[in-house]
Amino acid sequence: MIAQLMFWLPLAAVLVSAFAGLMIFVAGERRQRLRTWLNIAAALLKLILVGLIGLLVMAGHNPEFRVALLPGLDLVLRADGLSMLFATLSALLWLVTTIYAIAYLEHSPNRARFFGFFSLCVTSTMGIAMAGNLLTFFIFYELLTLTTWPLVVHTGSSAAMASGRTYLRYTLTGSALFLIGLIWLYGLTGSQDFIAGGTIAELGLDNDWALKIIFWLLVIGMGVKAALVPLHRWLPLAMVAPAPVSALLHAVAVVKAGAFGLVRLVEDVFGPNLVADLGLGLPLAVLASITIIYGSVLALYQNDIKKRLAFSTVSQVSYITLGIAIGGPVATIGGLIHLVHQGLMKITLFFCAGIFANLLGVKKIEQLDGIGQRLPWTSACFTVGALGMIGLPPVAGFISKWYLGAGAVAMGQHWVIAVLVASTLLNAAYFLPLLKRIWLHLPPEQWPAEHRVSRLESAAMIGSSIATASFALAVGLLAGLPLSPLSWVTGIVTDYFP
Amino acid sequence: MTEALLAALVFLPLLGACLLLLAPSSWRATILLAVTVPLPFCLLPLTLLIADAGLFEMTLAGHPAPLGIRWRLDALSLLILWLNVSLMILVGLAAGARFAPASDVGLRFWPLWLLLAGGIHALLLSADLFNLYVTLELVTLAGIGLIATGGSGAALRAAMRYLLLALMASLLYLLGVGLVYAEAGTLDLYQLGETLEPGLLPATALVLMLAGLLVKSAIFPLHAWLPAAHGNAPGPVSAMLSAIVVKVSLYIIWRLWFWTAGDWQLPAPGLLLGLLGAGAILYGSALALVQKRLKMVVAYSTVAQLGYLMLIFPLSGLLAWQAASYHLIAHGLAKAALFVAAGNILASLGSDRLRRLAGLDQRLPMDVFALALASVSLMGLPPSGGFVGKWLFLRAAYEQNAWGWMALVALGGLLAAAYLFRVLALTCFHPRSHGHSTRLREPPTLASLAGLLLALAAIALGFASAPILALLEAAWPGAMTP
Repeated sequence: MIAQLMFWLPLAAVLVSAFAGLMIFVAGERRQRLRTWLNIAAALLKLILVGLIGLLVMAGHNPEFRVALLPGLDLVLRADGLSMLFATLSALLWLVTTIYAIAYLEHSPNRARFFGFFSLCVTSTMGIAMAGNLLTFFIFYELLTLTTWPLVVHTGSSAAMASGRTYLRYTLTGSALFLIGLIWLYGLTGSQDFIAGGTIAELGLDNDWALKIIFWLLVIGMGVKAALVPLHRWLPLAMVAPAPVSALLHAVAVVKAGAFGLVRLVEDVFGPNLVADLGLGLPLAVLASITIIYGSVLALYQNDIKKRLAFSTVSQVSYITLGIAIGGPVATIGGLIHLVHQGLMKITLFFCAGIFANLLGVKKIEQLDGIGQRLPWTSACFTVGALGMIGLPPVAGFISKWYLGAGAVAMGQHWVIAVLVASTLLNAAYFLPLLKRIWLHLPPEQWPAEHRVSRLESAAMIGSSIATASFALAVGLLAGLPLSPLSWVTGIVTDYFP
Repeated sequence: MTEALLAALVFLPLLGACLLLLAPSSWRATILLAVTVPLPFCLLPLTLLIADAGLFEMTLAGHPAPLGIRWRLDALSLLILWLNVSLMILVGLAAGARFAPASDVGLRFWPLWLLLAGGIHALLLSADLFNLYVTLELVTLAGIGLIATGGSGAALRAAMRYLLLALMASLLYLLGVGLVYAEAGTLDLYQLGETLEPGLLPATALVLMLAGLLVKSAIFPLHAWLPAAHGNAPGPVSAMLSAIVVKVSLYIIWRLWFWTAGDWQLPAPGLLLGLLGAGAILYGSALALVQKRLKMVVAYSTVAQLGYLMLIFPLSGLLAWQAASYHLIAHGLAKAALFVAAGNILASLGSDRLRRLAGLDQRLPMDVFALALASVSLMGLPPSGGFVGKWLFLRAAYEQNAWGWMALVALGGLLAAAYLFRVLALTCFHPRSHGHSTRLREPPTLASLAGLLLALAAIALGFASAPILALLEAAWPGAMTP
């Protein structure tokens, strides 16, 4: 009985939202109440299943679903510490985003299609989190591309179609290179499950140059979604999508999937030791640093709130890459913990940006003047997110930067401190003027385009933002508690660096 | 018993075709069901037999080999038989909704349909070059007849052009067969493998036969007839033509290459055939990208996808064999789904111009869903039958350090994504600014369902590869002749 449960649980956690998505397609556009219930029920059920798996993992089990896809190639869904980190984050944020999106899209067309793909998108994210080997990861990674494209082009405007094309160009080319790398790797090692410390660590350095090429092929494959410079161009363009999509794309789904893949690649496929031996860590760290600075600098020049947030994402997600590329336990903790922290903070910021645009038509930065008086709660949440991004204690972002810096010093990579300081200054430079406008400037006579929205809807949207903002505060304030993300990540990292 | 099953596969459809012509119109639907429904049940015991024994041979009507008709069934024929029977049932559902059996057009359509099926079954079982010729003629002529049932001027012109080219191709093939007979005194595909030695005459014969067959399977640059024929035929007919008819002549090439000429060392001609395939993939995809009509996109996609089946020649080896065979099946199902869905869209809108398909996902959700699922398989995105084929091709190329072919397969997937996402973008997400004055006639649910089932089958192939690949491994001729 328990064994059965351990086998099917990971699959159930992945498929529950796929099932919901298909039901939503079948239910069609008109049955709004049914759709709402399906959405929320599936999100809750997923959270419960993930919680259950989490309990099993804590008790030292690894629920695993395995089925042969091709002879010698298995599709493996396996829950370990790292997958639970990402799975919990996406299950939690999916619930919040679903509530937000239901309210946000109240009167727009094509909602069945939107929510159907939204659910499928979360299925892929959950599959990526639970993937037990690189092939499974690749399959869900491709599925993610397929299911997010309809969300990006949702509005159907020519700008959306163009950015959808760019998105596909980048992601599909990336995945073609990924596939070649994967075939090559499997040619050398056969199909291998992810294990802490790296599956090909024991292969030795015989295929030195081949391993290096494979590494970079896979990094390109993941880096496209993780928006590593120069593969980031699709991300700001994808801002034409509705706000809940941007929120989910940035905080959980696409960008995070890429970063999570890089973590798996470094920690579980190559292994930190082999990456260090092959000399791959430093170039990756440099690439991540360039992305951090470049993204921040470009963010400064953006006049559109969502665009500025997008470039901020380009920059912030690379903290994760930076952490694992530096290597060593402390920096790895900093990178992994940012997976959670960036998610919570960035989703808050996008929720708030969506509310500004939806309720008042505020999309540009200069229109933010005095919005703190009009929408105090939303503005407060925005402030929490922004301060966290800058790295001000006690919001979560501070902890990430602290660990990254300390880890870099421990590994003797002092130049990273300069990157972190520069990035913090840039973060402050592009977020503080917004906060100044929000709180200190006088509101205009009339807002650009004020919409009347029912109290329930605005409460749902603002409530979602408050929820995520308080998560972001809580994980920072309560980082020392045993179940906090920080303690969880520390537990994971002790596996990698015994 | 096994002999009876094989005979039923061939003669049930042929008998049905005759009965359809003679029986009163109200009986036709019953006759169709009566000759179609038993076919999968004939295949089931045969599958068990082949899984067990690997091969079954029989002589029709008792005459021994040089005179009599010899039939041979192995895993490759069996899989294509399964493909054809699945298509007959599922595409048949869509066709039944379009060509009511009791109607006049039904009388023109269904006998040809059964003739096509019987011809394909006989071709897949035939073990000698002359019977392959006869059955291939039967398949081609039935196919041309089916195109012409569309009745439009474009369809008739395309059918005529196809007919002329196909006749020329048959002559080339027949010439080759004559040369082989003069040289070896036998036409048995498998005996020839032992008796026919490489030389000028056999080589000339092989080239003639290949040339004829390449025309019939529309391999680049001999594909010119295909887009017009497949693009203008009625939807279910296009589905059969693209999914299986062009492939049976390619199947004969495989047989000639790996069985008859199996121990000739032919790396350079193999490379040439592979390059033709590469040309097909690139050229077909590029033209699919610029087509203005949905069915033409799908037709050019066939030109491109057939190219993959040529990669078996340069990559020749077990993995490439499995890859190409798997691709053949997966493409068959996905392409049939695309053509059935496109046919439904065309029939209900009265046009399949891509510009006029905006907002289609709201109006024909089932057909668009079939279109999207089949596209996933054609692009080779996981999980789908197309992905398994692509994965095996890449593995095969990797094993031989053939980086060029690897790049080609990866690029081919990207190009397929480009032309299929273009269609999906225009049908689903384009704002309806262009307007659609055409009124909508809902396609019959059964026709839409057929497309959807075909697409689902193509996806499901991504999960059921192990037994199929095991069957194929046993049938690889390289395994028989060490």
